[in-house]
Amino acid sequence: MPSRSVGRSVARKEGRDKVTGAARYIDDLTFPGLLHARTIRSAIPAGEIVDVAFGFDTTGFTLVDYRDIPGPNIVALIDDDQPCLAERLVRHVAEPILLLAHTDREALLAADVRIRYRETAPTYDAVTSSIAFKTIAIDKGQIDEGFREADVIVEGEYRTGHQEQLYIEPNGVIAVPEHGGVTVYGSMQCPYYVHRALKVLLDLPDDRVRIVQTETGGGFGGKEEYPSMIAGHAALVAIKAQRPVKLVYDRVEDMLATTKRHPAVIRHRTGVKRDGRLTAIDIDAVIDGGAYATLSAVVLSRGVIHATGPYRCNHVRIRGRATMTNTPPNGAFRGFGAPQTQFAAEAHMDRIAEALGIDPVRIREINALRPGDTTATGQRLGNDCSALAVLREAVKRTDFKRKWTRYARRKPRAPSSPRASSSPRAPSSRLEREASAERPRGIGLSLFFHGSGFTGAGEVKLASKASLALTERGARILVASTEIGQGTRTMHAQIVAETLGVPYDCVEVNAADTGQVPDSGPTVASRTCMVVGRILQRCAEEMRERLGRSTPREYLRRHGPLVITREYERPADMAWDDNSYRGDAYGTYGWACDVAEIEVDRETWEVKPIAFTTVHEIGKAIHPVLALGQIEGGSAQGLGYALLEEVVMRDGRMANAQLTNYIIPTTLDTPPIDVVILENPYKHGPFGAKGVGEMPIDGPAPAAINALRSAGFDLREIPATPEKIMAAATPRG
Amino acid sequence: MQFTINGRRTRLHVHPMKRLLDVLREDCGLTGTKEGCGEGECGACTILIEGMPVNSCLVPAAHADGARVTTIEGLGGRHPLQRAFVDHGGAQCGICTPGMIMAAVALGRKPTLEQIRVGLAGNLCRCTGYSAIYRSIRQSR
Repeated sequence: MPSRSVGRSVARKEGRDKVTGAARYIDDLTFPGLLHARTIRSAIPAGEIVDVAFGFDTTGFTLVDYRDIPGPNIVALIDDDQPCLAERLVRHVAEPILLLAHTDREALLAADVRIRYRETAPTYDAVTSSIAFKTIAIDKGQIDEGFREADVIVEGEYRTGHQEQLYIEPNGVIAVPEHGGVTVYGSMQCPYYVHRALKVLLDLPDDRVRIVQTETGGGFGGKEEYPSMIAGHAALVAIKAQRPVKLVYDRVEDMLATTKRHPAVIRHRTGVKRDGRLTAIDIDAVIDGGAYATLSAVVLSRGVIHATGPYRCNHVRIRGRATMTNTPPNGAFRGFGAPQTQFAAEAHMDRIAEALGIDPVRIREINALRPGDTTATGQRLGNDCSALAVLREAVKRTDFKRKWTRYARRKPRAPSSPRASSSPRAPSSRLEREASAERPRGIGLSLFFHGSGFTGAGEVKLASKASLALTERGARILVASTEIGQGTRTMHAQIVAETLGVPYDCVEVNAADTGQVPDSGPTVASRTCMVVGRILQRCAEEMRERLGRSTPREYLRRHGPLVITREYERPADMAWDDNSYRGDAYGTYGWACDVAEIEVDRETWEVKPIAFTTVHEIGKAIHPVLALGQIEGGSAQGLGYALLEEVVMRDGRMANAQLTNYIIPTTLDTPPIDVVILENPYKHGPFGAKGVGEMPIDGPAPAAINALRSAGFDLREIPATPEKIMAAATPRG
Repeated sequence: MQFTINGRRTRLHVHPMKRLLDVLREDCGLTGTKEGCGEGECGACTILIEGMPVNSCLVPAAHADGARVTTIEGLGGRHPLQRAFVDHGGAQCGICTPGMIMAAVALGRKPTLEQIRVGLAGNLCRCTGYSAIYRSIRQSR
């Protein structure tokens, strides 16, 4: 009887290569005759290119501009509005204009290209921008009716900043001209996105473009769409020079030029009964798309669908807009719109509780979605809804109510709640003594959810395929899903091994190479386990049946090769209407509750998270250590988003595009992270699994901001840098 | 210049100001040492010189002339930390892992949690939130 695989923390497939230094990332590879390439970028945020002059001897250089593009000059994605190389107009700083290549990197870096521009007035304000890439309206019930039912109306505006994905391996590719086309190796999440973009750009048929993912040093969304741009650049140079070309960004270029999380401005107006029941939720959300559309439409979609937070309400109106500004395009980042909107929802929820004089737990208990309730899009939730379960577990585990009451009593100065500071009293408990006047403490929670898989009809449109090939020992997995640290290879192999009834070690995973594997869709949207894993499970079920009582070896001898391919099947009970934005936005949702405890230093105004607890309901943890790793890592990124990570945009240019002053959490900034995993299976997921990758980043920011509120600091914006906290501590005139 | 790299004496003709990181990766073919930022902030390029952890992106080759240099390849694959990083999820995407393991080697045997936190403060990991790295180090015996 083979040992079971699912639910066990088996050894990561590529683990040994990663700990010995044997794993090959893109910059570790080289090819004979390799050229290095460099991208010449716009220095202005908006205007026209007047002329380009070369202040160096161009002998030995390969020079590429838009005129070298065989197909249409676009990075094919959704709206096809973004040029691969600017022709005349530029819309943001760091927009690619020219490519240079040379064998010698020193010569390449020394090359002096002078571009003259005619500048036009840039737009930086997403709220007042007149160009919208996408607008979305969600309506449920009658919003006016909801406000008529309300006893109290609470309003607020919440702001979130950019966030840089900050994978430790910068973006990079190598393009090799071959077979009358091109092969691109690179650090990426979505080989078939790159494949499609290059077919269009280079005007080549399917089989002349081959994309191979190399070991990838983190993605977090930052290697979802941008690799199509870099691959296009490298491929253009490689085809012109007919030599292999390496284009690997350094950290500064990666931060200046590539996509980031969309900043957002979100306004809430909420009607509520005195007893705490929500009667009307009215939300207006604007996200800053930057200069080109990229994925803004779908980021907005996930953002607005999650904008109410995990709460029941009969009357909902949501208006969302993704607008254009003259800043580098924003794009995919773990969470994909939901961290912004759920930050607003959860910060607002604490203010609603405060307005009613009830505690943050009670307001959520009253309104949390239950099985049978409907979401903003009218999706009726089944028994896989766990909002109350995660809330109760988190509250109990952290002794939340006691701490919250104690800390709230000791607010040093609370502009929004004057009574709290007008009755000074001696500290009576250990908690209170620790939270001294110089270092006030606070505790806050956030309740949140995250839809697994593509939004709405997305999975149907993708029609992902996965294949399983029988081998002598077991099976080989053929998918385009990429391993980017989350454990794709390992978790897929577990699902197949368990289903097929063979040991984990007998399942191999093919490289994500478009020349060899079917298009199983992009590695994004918390879909790789739940959606692609389920397709693989169906392949393995079919293979198991074909094998009958034969061993793989016997079967191969008798019948020859066996490859099973299956395509995504929409669950019969799922329906979605893209026009009305009504229906089942996702197959299922994960549910989570975070509790953050913070301490504020009243001399430096720094916030130190001192404890962090998160309860995640994810259906089924296929690999408990990997699932834990997603939750811990996402939580740390979320705390960085909340407290540290500030992209300073000055005249449309990131002013702190280096690790010295764009601060991500170090060991010393990251508190102990206490994780509880609950399992409430989703019937259409493999072994009940839901998505897990993105949800962890939705909750830390509102939990931290609500903790600041409990310590007496009324902030409605992240990152909550010392400057903002100091301002919040100053009584409002 | 002459170095002892992973126990082997190596003689190389390189510019004295070439970054030791590039010497290792390009001249010695030791690509296990990674570059994450090129300015000494991320620690992905951590190696040991005479047993001390350094950011090899900030060290000119001349500085290491005559010294003992140890990279991830020098651990051979049987070091308890390497096994522990696989077993306890200390390696996710793996790009910080070689530097993280070298920094952990420099902590010596059985470091306390506080020693680990302080000792790894110059090594950034974007995947794990560090918890799994602490577990890996504390349980590597």
